[in-house]
Amino acid sequence: MTAAVKEDKGYIVINEDECKGCGLCIEACVQKVIRAAPYLNRYGYHPAVYDGRGCNGCGLCFYACPEPGAITVYKAAA
Amino acid sequence: MPEIAVPAHMKPIHAKAECLYDTYFRKGENPHQTHYCPGCGHGVALKLLAEAIDELGIADRVIVVSPVGCSVFLYYYFDTGNVQVAHGRAPAAATGLKRANPEAIVIAYQGDGDLAAIGSAEILHAANRGEPITCIFVNNAIYGMTGGQMAPTTPLGGRTTTTPFGRAAHNDGYPLHVSEVLAALDGPAYIERVALGNVKQILGARRAIRKALETQMKGLGFSLVEVLSPCPTIWKMDPVEAQRRVREEMTKLYPLGVKCDRTAERQPLPAPAPAPPLEELPRILQIPEEEPAAAWAKAEGAVDCRIRVAGFGGQGVLLLGQLLAEAGMDYGLEVSWLPSYGPEMRSGTSNCHVRLSSKPIDSPLVSQPHVLIALNEPSLRKFVGAVQPGGVVLYNGTEIPADARRGDVAMYALPFFEIADREGSAKAGNLVALGALLEAVPLLPAEVVDRAMARVIRSEKWLELDRRALKRGREALRALKNEPAKEPCHA
Ligand SMILES: Cc1ncc(C[n+]2csc(CCOP(=O)(O)OP(=O)(O)O)c2C)c(N)n1
Ligand code: SF4
Ligand code: SF4
Ligand code: SF4
Ligand SMILES: [Mg+2]
Repeated sequence: MTAAVKEDKGYIVINEDECKGCGLCIEACVQKVIRAAPYLNRYGYHPAVYDGRGCNGCGLCFYACPEPGAITVYKAAA
Repeated sequence: MPEIAVPAHMKPIHAKAECLYDTYFRKGENPHQTHYCPGCGHGVALKLLAEAIDELGIADRVIVVSPVGCSVFLYYYFDTGNVQVAHGRAPAAATGLKRANPEAIVIAYQGDGDLAAIGSAEILHAANRGEPITCIFVNNAIYGMTGGQMAPTTPLGGRTTTTPFGRAAHNDGYPLHVSEVLAALDGPAYIERVALGNVKQILGARRAIRKALETQMKGLGFSLVEVLSPCPTIWKMDPVEAQRRVREEMTKLYPLGVKCDRTAERQPLPAPAPAPPLEELPRILQIPEEEPAAAWAKAEGAVDCRIRVAGFGGQGVLLLGQLLAEAGMDYGLEVSWLPSYGPEMRSGTSNCHVRLSSKPIDSPLVSQPHVLIALNEPSLRKFVGAVQPGGVVLYNGTEIPADARRGDVAMYALPFFEIADREGSAKAGNLVALGALLEAVPLLPAEVVDRAMARVIRSEKWLELDRRALKRGREALRALKNEPAKEPCHA
């Protein structure tokens, strides 16, 4: 896994506690690397989860998300 | 839960803004999430605003004014100054905050019900004054918080709880284009309408919000960003569908773009003059310096006198009452003066309620006066029946009309205005009446009344005439009276 991720330009971390499962990040991601979890978080939403690979660090999901801290986007230093 | 494994060579580029709290302390059990519904545009607007505050490094100077509406709880999120205000009043509160703290960056955050309905006057005048505040106007075309009533911004045909058959122009008016209306004024420096219909639009909103704050930071004047925003819950749509509606429908009704931008040609507003020191106020307001009243005048005995003065507008009814109250206050009494008059400046009816009391006054209304000063016949007829037994009636005329007489009150008729006319001006008739009153009811010492007159009547010429008029009133009443003054007003 580490090898595959290294090739990606970006990575996201979704804080599942902060996610309301609205799906706007899933809609926004052009790489299609976010999906809704089959399980519920502690507030009863299906949280968004990152596939773990394929992110290019574009930040679209971050700006689509209405929760200020649900998504953090990382990018490889240029 | 999948493990978090951020590759070591990556750095965070988009993360939660620092000017927001880490967790949200509020009632209820959910400290991790905002209180908004899933997919609500308020969340995005809040996030963009927070990011702009971080980028501009102004968190320590920001005061967020939260409205009434779904965004009422902004103070749970912003680790900045916060004030929550009554419905629609954010621009007025922001005006005060900004004027009192010129260094602060004051942000009024408002919904469309808040801003465009109940608060339409406040925003219009704040914009027209070019007040150097920033307004974030979140337009979701509905009252969200209260469950979906029509807002001024609701589209024609829109079904809401208050327009169940759809908004109809002939009954409910047309959708209000707030940004265009405000942009037509000369005051604003920058107004733009943006939307949250997709990420491209959201990034446009981000740029506009930052520019609006910069406009305030440069001191250029009023700035407003209207944010077309989804309300999935009330619109009964899923978040993705609601976003589509913003993008495809709302932007047709409310075109995006800069509605006015005077930031290039505007010079920074002059810094507001500092407030004068407190000690300067008496001089500025021309309040003569004098020792506290209690030091030189003191009411003796228990006083509770209720006076009604009534006549036409222009007869000086209100001034007469005001002089009584001012003198009573100087004499150390509790006083109240309640004017009551019609819409006309002159010739309408005018009357006032005056109370002088040695105890705190419960109500300033005088419905059963001890003393009635009736400056015309209609007023006499209207109020004479209410005078308390043992009271006094002073009437402007040569005699009390037979059918308005009462045996249980002292009644005096004197042509106040004719007496004044002979002194130089009929306008001083109210002072003749005051003189007569003070003679009929020894309520206040002459020097106390004179001192109040000298303070209230600013013109030397009038003061001189009014003093003479008061004297004539006393003389005339003394002549009329054949028994020593009763003291009906002393409880
Ligand atoms: C003086 C007063 N009138 C009415 C209300 C009830 N009220 C609360 S929120 C609201 C409408 C809010 O709509 P909007 O400003 O569009 O905010 P949204 O919830 O849609 O973001 C109303 C009418 C109130 N709280 N106070
Ligand atoms: S940063 Fe871009 S590519 Fe990565 S998950 Fe978010 S939207 Fe998808
Ligand atoms: S946009 Fe945010 S709240 Fe909505 S599903 Fe994605 S992470 Fe969760
Ligand atoms: S009712 Fe509408 S505006 Fe209010 S929080 Fe829910 S989605 Fe947002
Ligand atoms: Mg609204």
